[in-house]
Parts: sequence; structure tokens; C-alpha cells
Amino acid sequence: MSDSANVSLKTAEAASHRTHLLKRMLKNPTGLVSIIILAVIILAATFAGVLATHDPNYADLRNLLQPPGGEFILGTDGAGHDIWSRLLYASRFSLLGAALATVISAVLGVTSGLIAGFYGKWFESLAAWTTSLLMALPGIVVLLAARSVLGPSMWIAMTVFGVLLTPAFYRLTHAAVVGVRNELYVDAARVAGVKDLSIIGRHILSVVRAPVIIQSAIVAIIAIAIQAGLGFIGMLDQSTPNWGSMLNDAFSKMYVAPIQLLWPSAAIALTAVGLALFANTLRDELERSAKPKKLKGKAKAAADAAIDTSGDAPIVHPETDALEAPVLLDVSGLVVGYDQPDGSLTQVVNGVSLAVRKGEVHGLIGESGSGKTQTAFSILGLLPEGGRVAAGSIVFDGDQLTDKSAKAMRKLQGRRISYVPQEPMSNLDPSFPIGSQLVEPMRVTLGISAKEAKERALDLLAKVGLPDPEKTFRSYPHEVSGGQAQRVLIAGAISCEPDLIIADEPTTALDVTVQADILDLLRGLQQELGVAVLIVTHNFGVVADLCDRVSVMKGGRIVETGPARSIFAGPQHPYTQSLFDAILEDGAARGALAHSSDRHTATGGAQ
Amino acid sequence: MSTEASQGREPLLEVTDLVVEYPAKGIGRKPFRALKGVSVDVMPGECVGLVGESGSGKTTLGRAVLGLAPVTDGSVRFKGREIGQLNRRERRSLSDSIQVVFQDPYTSLNPSLTIEQTLTEPLRVKNIPAAEASARVRTLLDQVGLPANAAQRLPREFSGGQRQRIAIARALALEPELIVCDEPVSALDLSTQARVLELFKDIQEATGVAYLFVSHDLAVVRHLSHRVAVMYHGEIVEYGDGDKVTSDPEHPYTQRLLMAAPVADPVRQAQRRADRARMIEAQREADLQAGAA
Repeated sequence: MSDSANVSLKTAEAASHRTHLLKRMLKNPTGLVSIIILAVIILAATFAGVLATHDPNYADLRNLLQPPGGEFILGTDGAGHDIWSRLLYASRFSLLGAALATVISAVLGVTSGLIAGFYGKWFESLAAWTTSLLMALPGIVVLLAARSVLGPSMWIAMTVFGVLLTPAFYRLTHAAVVGVRNELYVDAARVAGVKDLSIIGRHILSVVRAPVIIQSAIVAIIAIAIQAGLGFIGMLDQSTPNWGSMLNDAFSKMYVAPIQLLWPSAAIALTAVGLALFANTLRDELERSAKPKKLKGKAKAAADAAIDTSGDAPIVHPETDALEAPVLLDVSGLVVGYDQPDGSLTQVVNGVSLAVRKGEVHGLIGESGSGKTQTAFSILGLLPEGGRVAAGSIVFDGDQLTDKSAKAMRKLQGRRISYVPQEPMSNLDPSFPIGSQLVEPMRVTLGISAKEAKERALDLLAKVGLPDPEKTFRSYPHEVSGGQAQRVLIAGAISCEPDLIIADEPTTALDVTVQADILDLLRGLQQELGVAVLIVTHNFGVVADLCDRVSVMKGGRIVETGPARSIFAGPQHPYTQSLFDAILEDGAARGALAHSSDRHTATGGAQ
Repeated sequence: MSTEASQGREPLLEVTDLVVEYPAKGIGRKPFRALKGVSVDVMPGECVGLVGESGSGKTTLGRAVLGLAPVTDGSVRFKGREIGQLNRRERRSLSDSIQVVFQDPYTSLNPSLTIEQTLTEPLRVKNIPAAEASARVRTLLDQVGLPANAAQRLPREFSGGQRQRIAIARALALEPELIVCDEPVSALDLSTQARVLELFKDIQEATGVAYLFVSHDLAVVRHLSHRVAVMYHGEIVEYGDGDKVTSDPEHPYTQRLLMAAPVADPVRQAQRRADRARMIEAQREADLQAGAA
């Protein structure tokens, strides 16, 4: 179990993650279609000079409103322009106009977003004000005003529009940068002496790159739409052909040659669809993660047939006291697994058997990945998405829990089995006062009135050692400390007089002095209420403090189990022994620093 | 505050009456004072442990030494040079002297850079040629007990303990004289923690680097530190020989801290629990008498 071994296994999986995003886009059918559409339009616009059969501005007055076909591929418009040629050039100008707007807003927005997000201070406030101001401005009115002052040029209109769209990029970049600027790896780069510009380029820009591409596609669609709108109402310079002015032209001849409306509309629609599909697929590819499928029927049976519970039987320490209390919770041969997309089952618990007697505290101890929390969650019926009890049984007070419906489980949860979580803060809803979070469950599970429930809640808060129950009852979760929040959750856990409390690392997130207080509280309540407790932890001190019985878990199996005193006095499994060896408490101190000349001998001796 | 170990030698790091204040949100509100005049010193090759609970200011002290927290008052001297108020450019020149290992091995490595890219970053800043840099990466990986082929992998392919080894390798890349270790083992499993601590010890004995070692765990600090400072509410309440502070403390807070950690032995833990209850009662009475007097 050396942490430096075991590196080579995951190479294949990692390689697939590293395949280039563009390759993944090309493999995705929608992505491929969008890229083809955009490529065709861009190529047509680029090679307009080659593909066009006529000068786009040459008006052939002998051939007005010709139907498609013949010399004029798409016919001619009301002024005698060749529509095919004009459409190609219009694409060029429309796309360039949209690109201008997008580039201006992206450059301004991303730059200001990076600076504001990374450095903060006055620039951030200024940028926030400017952004809000820009967003409050009515875009079309500004564009019309700009036209009357600066003239009908499409380029000017698109520049102004680009500035107006800056907030879209600013907000995106700023949010992303704020998300990473306090990441420890950014701090580490600073300490390593990396210049700010390099940090931004290496560690921060990479985070916003993909979202900026997606945003650009969306902004380009908006720019094309606005540009077409302005052209359509005749606000753009007629000498540069564009889709909007072509629409305007066609609209005036709608009753004579309705088909002319089709070409610019189709160009606008195709471009917008291409960009939108591109943006969506890119986002999907970025967020893609293989979701486990729920296996059914044959596939499930096949996966279940492959369940592996082989392994050494746990070392069982003999009972020291006579067993008086009956078994409350009896788990046997429990297998918990996660269904994989390929139909196999990844086992995290491989045949665990344990028994919790009435009124006893049972410690389930192990390191991360040992399956201890998965075991506890399967008893609570709260396995995360994709996880299921694949084999074995969980019998609680004579009731088989594994084949109970979610609804039937809810009747047990909170009423007979309750739960104390690891992170007290994230298990309280920040938007409701603490009191209501205690009262509501009691009203539902015990069927008592709001008034009764409140009295009971105040009693419980006093019972868990909160100095001012009334005040805590009215407080919001952010107004209490982590230790107090854990007391509140313990109050919630005992509120319905359960028979079994499952506590998942209940003191791990707390300071050591607070942990000692919470352990005292748990022990006191347990003795007073006679409730059975299954406590999941990685801390041998916590086990020594609370538990009557211990099960040591490793790799989804219990390797050693028995009365706590017996295991602490003589651990027999090599793994348990190695854990005991790793405990630092009561180990030798390092001692004072010797002078550098004799450091080697001195510190060597101190170990 | 110097002990016998420091006699006749210049301290590597000397923090004197350090005050760190964070500005409060909103105009006219009092800033938050995270450190209220803290003095600590680290000798070359020494490990000084900083122990305290959340909110005690221990992490802030480490960050102030690294230039990541605002120094409001007092001084931070490194080899006699004042480094408390350096600008970013001056600060960068210190990168080959002071380095850091952070607590969370999951967020302290950029997930999109390979291990080699992460480890060569500090080397590139010093304009070390690419060939020499990748040779150095292999040495560093070897030094922290990782295989050489780890260089081309991404952080997600490694466990918590392995990531912390990578973070240690990054800190060692520029051969610093001082490494600020901010809770470097508290996110690790028990057995991994023990091995990483041994690695810290071995590296110190091999290279003579000094550590400012921040932790909430008295046992971890005791294991590695020559001297220990105990922090409480932004102040150092006890400071001295590591063995003495962690086994026979004088300050009531350190006593509470020591007694709060449960012992991994049911019989002795029952004893400690009773001792703790007695001690807290005695301290409360003493407080009451002090209040009445």
C-alpha cells in the first residue's frame, strides 16, 4: 500500500481525457455538422471574388428581377444586381462585421475581466460600474444615435455594438478568475516567483478559454441579428452589400419576387444555426462525463453474477463480557457497487458483515477508500447516484432493509435511524433559521403541533449543551460556530428518539478542543438514552473514547473486529497493527536543534 | 525568545511584533486583526512548529512570511533583510530562498498541467535551460520517492499522499533555505501522514532546509519540530522547546489543547477524559477568582 506505487495503472484513462477538444468536436455528429456549415459559409465569403459571376454592385438595368437560373444563378434583384454575387459579398461583409463586434467585445471584456478578477481593488469597482451602465443602455437607441452622429458605416455600427456587448465577456471572465484566483496553485506560482502575466497566461487564461469561445459564438449570433435588423430598416450604408440590406431590398419586392427573401434569410439562419450548434456541442463536450447507466434485467444479473466477495475472513476477537443485549442491526455479506457504463460493477464494499447490539457504540474505522462511509450510507439507504446494494442483507430490528422502497425507508429514517453528518455547516440550510429546521422534521415524523415541536426543540437545544437555546433557535446557520452547528444536528438526530444513530466522522471537521466537547456530549447522550450508535471514523482516539466494539475496514472488507479494549490491547491483523504504528500521539518528540556540525548524530538519536 | 539552540548564530527568519489586519467589507468598519503582535524566529536547518486551532492566526503567520498576507505592523526579517513590505517584483527575487507546501494537495496543483510542467515552473522563472530543468525534475521526483515516469502525468492520476510529495518536490525545486508548510499532512490518511512526515524529516536532514511548520495537530508538530509555538486568537501563548511544550505545557490553553486530543487506548483515554474534566473545572475556578479579584 505504498502511496508511491500504483501510478502506472491509470495511464490509459488519462490519455483519453487528454485528447484534443477539437478532435472530440469532430467525432460528435452535431459538432461535425456545425463545423461543416460554418466552414462552407466562411469559405464562400472568403472566396467571394472567385465564386462571384458578376460585380456585386454592377446594376444591369436590362435584367431587373430575373428568376433564378441561366446567367444569373439566383436571379437579379430590383436594381439589377446579380443576387448570387451580391449574396457572396454580403456574407463577407456581414461576417466581418459580426467578427469585428465579437473581437472588440471579447478583447475588451476578457482583458478587463482578467485585470479586475486578478487584481481586484479600484479597477474591479470601476469595471463593475461600467458594466452595469453598459447593460442599462438600450442598444438599438445607442446604435441609431451613433449612426446619426458618425454616419451609416456598418463598421462603425459594429464597433459600437461590440463595446455594448463587452459586459457579456467581462462577467464571464471575471467570475471564472475570481473562482481560481485564490486557488492554492496560483499562490504557489506566486511564491515560486512567477510573474503576474505568466500566472494569468498559464493558470488563469486556460480556465476561461473554452467559455470565451462559446460566448463568442453566441455574441456573433447576436451581432449578425442586430446587423441584419439595422440593414433591414435601411440604416446601413448601401455600398457595402450585407444580408440586412439584401433583406430590405427583397422585402420591397415581396409581391413581385417573393423567392428573393429566401436567400439572405437562409444565409442568416444557417450561420446562426451553425454557431449555435457549435457553441452547444462545445459546451457539452466540455462538461461531458460518463454517466453510469442504471442496469436492468440481464445486464444487472450479469453484473451481479460477477460479484466478488472472496478474501480472508476477518479476525474476530472473543467477547469479553457476556452478551446481554439483542442485536439491533445485522449486516451480512453486504456488497455495495457502482454500475459502470460498460455494464460492469465497481465494488466498493466487498462482503461486509457486522452486528450492532442495542445500546452499544460500534466504531467502523478505516482510511479513505476503505468503504466505511459507503457501508454506513447503504444502511441509511442514502447511497449516491449510481450506487446500489448488490448483494447481502441489512436487517434492522427484524426488518430487511435492502428490499424496502424509498418511501418505506423514509419512515425509518429520522424516526428509528438517524444520522449525524461530517460537515455540520453544509447539512444546515443557510436560508432558514435553525429552529425551523428542527421543528419541521419533528412535525412530520412525530405528527405533533408546531407549538409542541418548538418546546421540544428548545428542550433538545438545552440538552445538547447550547447555552442560550432561544437565541440558537432564532439564529441562522452562519451565525453559529461549527461546534454549535454540530450540537444542533445532534439535537436533530435525537429529536425523534431513534434506536440507532449513524454518525459519519462527526468530529473530523471540528477543532480538537471542540471535538472533545462533542465526544463528551455524544457519550453522555448515548448513556442517557441507551441508543445504539454506529460511528464511522478514521481516528483511533475517537474510537478509544467512545466505542464498545470496533470493526477495522480495508479495501471494502472488515479485517478485524471485536471488543474495543481487546483490539487496542492486542491488534492481530497486520493492517491494524500498521495503523497503530502510524499513530503519532505519545511518540518521541524531535528534541532541540543540535548545531549543524553534529546534527546528523543528534537528530538520528532523537527519533 | 531565543533558546539555547540559537545562541551565537543568526536566525534565518525573524518575525517581530507582527500585526496583520484584513480590511473589513464596508466603509467605516473596523478591520479584522488576524495577528496581534507575534514574534517567532527560525534558525537555519530548524523546524519550528506553529500549532493552534482554526482562527488562531497560524496560517496567516505563514502567509505573511510568504508575502501572501498584508503586513500592517511589525517586521519580518529573512537573513537580516526586511521582507514584510516588499513589492511583487522584489518578492519574486526571494523565490529561491522561501518556498511553500500547502495543506490541500487537491487544489495546490493546477489540474491541467502535467507534473513536469508544474515542477519546471519555478525553474523556468530562473531561466534554467529546458534540458537541465527536466534532469532536475527527475532528481526531485526521486528525492520525494516518486517514479521518474510520473513527470508526464496529470495531478488527478495521483493519490493525496503522492500529490503532497509532488508539492514538496515543487517547493524543493529551487533549493530554498526555508519552506513554509501549511498543514501539509492534515488532509492525508493516518499511514500516509506518517510516511510524508518521515519524508519531511529526511529532506531536512539531507539538505539542511528550515521549516516553519503550521498544523492544528499537537502530535504532528511534536514529531517534527525542534521548537513549538502555540497560537491562540492571533497571539503566541507559549513558545519553546518542542518536547516541553507538547508534553508538559505551562499555558492553560496549551494544557486544554493537549488534554483534548483523545489517546488511542480506551483505558488511558478514560483517564485523560477524567483529567480533562478536572483541569477544565480548575481553570474555570481560577478564572472566576481572577474575575472576582
